[in-house]
Amino acid sequence: MGIIKTNHVSYDYVRVNDEGVEEEKERALEDVSIDVYPGSFVAILGANGSGKSTLARHLNALLAPSEGTVWVDGMDTSKEENVFPVRREAGMVFQNPDNQIIAGIVEEDVAFGPENIGVPTKDIWKRVEEALEKTGMAAYRMHSPNRLSGGQKQRVAIAGTLAMHPKCIILDEPTAMLDPGGRREVIETVAELNEKEGVTVVLITHYMEEVVYADHVFVMQDGKLAMEGPPREIFSKVEELQKYKLGVPQITLLAHELRKSGLDIPEGILSEEELAEAICRLR
Amino acid sequence: MLKDITLGQFYPAESKIHALDPRVKLVGTLLYVVSLFLFHNLAGFLLATAFLFFLIHMSKVPVSYILRGLKAIFILMVITAIFNVLFTPGTTIVHVWKIRITWEGVRAAVFMFIRLTYLVMGTSLMTLTTTPTRLTDGMESLMAPLEKIHAPVHEVAMMMSIALRFIPLLVDETDKIMKAQMARGADFESGNFWRRAKSMVPILVPLFVSAFRRAGDLALAMEARCYQGGEGRTKMKPLVYGRNDGKAYAVLWIYFAAMILVRIFLNLPHVPLLGH
Ligand SMILES: Nc1ncnc2c1ncn2[C@@H]1O[C@H](COP(=O)(O)OP(=O)(O)OP(=O)(O)O)[C@@H](O)[C@H]1O
Ligand SMILES: [Mg+2]
Repeated sequence: MGIIKTNHVSYDYVRVNDEGVEEEKERALEDVSIDVYPGSFVAILGANGSGKSTLARHLNALLAPSEGTVWVDGMDTSKEENVFPVRREAGMVFQNPDNQIIAGIVEEDVAFGPENIGVPTKDIWKRVEEALEKTGMAAYRMHSPNRLSGGQKQRVAIAGTLAMHPKCIILDEPTAMLDPGGRREVIETVAELNEKEGVTVVLITHYMEEVVYADHVFVMQDGKLAMEGPPREIFSKVEELQKYKLGVPQITLLAHELRKSGLDIPEGILSEEELAEAICRLR
Repeated sequence: MLKDITLGQFYPAESKIHALDPRVKLVGTLLYVVSLFLFHNLAGFLLATAFLFFLIHMSKVPVSYILRGLKAIFILMVITAIFNVLFTPGTTIVHVWKIRITWEGVRAAVFMFIRLTYLVMGTSLMTLTTTPTRLTDGMESLMAPLEKIHAPVHEVAMMMSIALRFIPLLVDETDKIMKAQMARGADFESGNFWRRAKSMVPILVPLFVSAFRRAGDLALAMEARCYQGGEGRTKMKPLVYGRNDGKAYAVLWIYFAAMILVRIFLNLPHVPLLGH
């Protein structure tokens, strides 16, 4: 079993009125089963409102499933006593860089998590140092978060979860509010953590380019799991992706069009180099 | 205009003042503010000035930074001064129609002006040299005895530190909203008081909406990072008094005693405006 596993999970957002009577129910997740192996890099794609954030919140025990079960490192997240251990194992980074930094100084913000779980002072310092080192933010440790760029703020947020020594990190559209430079900065940091530290990564994103780093991709549509597979396989189904309102990377699209017009180019091209190579091989 | 508020803006530097325990700085600021209302002659004024500038010098914070906080309350200071000049009875200097300006009024105005200036400078010095977290840690620690009567000390401290962290963001946002409204022809500057107050509504509504959204996001982020209140929480920077803190307390109390003594015993001979 993987480090994160969901088994036929469904979730309803329920609106209750003042008397506590159920008024309205909205199904945000429907029968979702995923399995994430330790040390892997998983991407979750999907159009707006397809339930990505809702799923992410289940992986960190911020929400408990209405039906089905979620296990993180073997712990059932719906059990009260597992909530904090789960949050410790699965760190979470959110979309808006400004709204997840709690302290007014970078190093103090990174320390927030370890402080909450009662790590002794001396170890907190060690963890903060490590986490800032690993995210390349050590030079900014005394800075105010307000003066950092968006990409840097997200790296601080990543450091903040790292300092809790999680086994996996869940990132909910961490690059949605960043410029292309900041986006690359954040994704490269995440990819490096995955590769060097073996941290399991669940990356939720709108940007197809970021999926290149993933070992496995889940595509969501209307609260259901629509596709699943390695990126190359997913990207070879251009028409299906477009059906789910997902923009395919331009290079993949170009390769797809070339193939459709009769050239012998493989499906699922992910980078310019690959396409160049494939074209060279034509002759 | 809104950017002038320096409250909660930490100025990073390595100085003895920065390194002091926040409790010392909090108690010190309180004592200093009280001492400002003790002096009523030139000697006290000089002592308070010397002490303030000595601290500013030690803190390595540029004076311009400390003065920035004044802009925000300048209007208040001017109004206070005018009221003091106009409504203090005493020996008349000028008497035009119903307006009577007195020596005592001018003197009170000058003193009040100085007091408010130093008050803002003193508190700015504290907030500029202490990170918001340390500041609230200090308050939390000074207030800790209240926890015995079930006062939510930790919660209040956490709320304050979050407020301090978000003030600059909300100020930026207000600026942005105002500019966006102005670009569409909104006018915040002209008209009478009532009209101007009404023109603030289109700013406040989006500001509140965004503040609530931020609060929701932040609560979620805190929960995701295992926040569960003050119980069982450790600190990266626990407050421990060092040797310099003892010295600083000594200096503070000596200053405070000196101010009291000056008030009681030292009445310098008459100096126009500032003398007695
Ligand atoms: N707090 C909530 N209360 C009620 N309904 C909600 C709530 N949050 C989300 N929903 C609904 O649940 C569904 C899934 O939302 P979710 O936020 O998980 O989508 P998403 O894939 O993350 O979208 P986005 O790309 O916009 O972030 C949507 O239809 C949404 O309207
Ligand atoms: Mg979302």
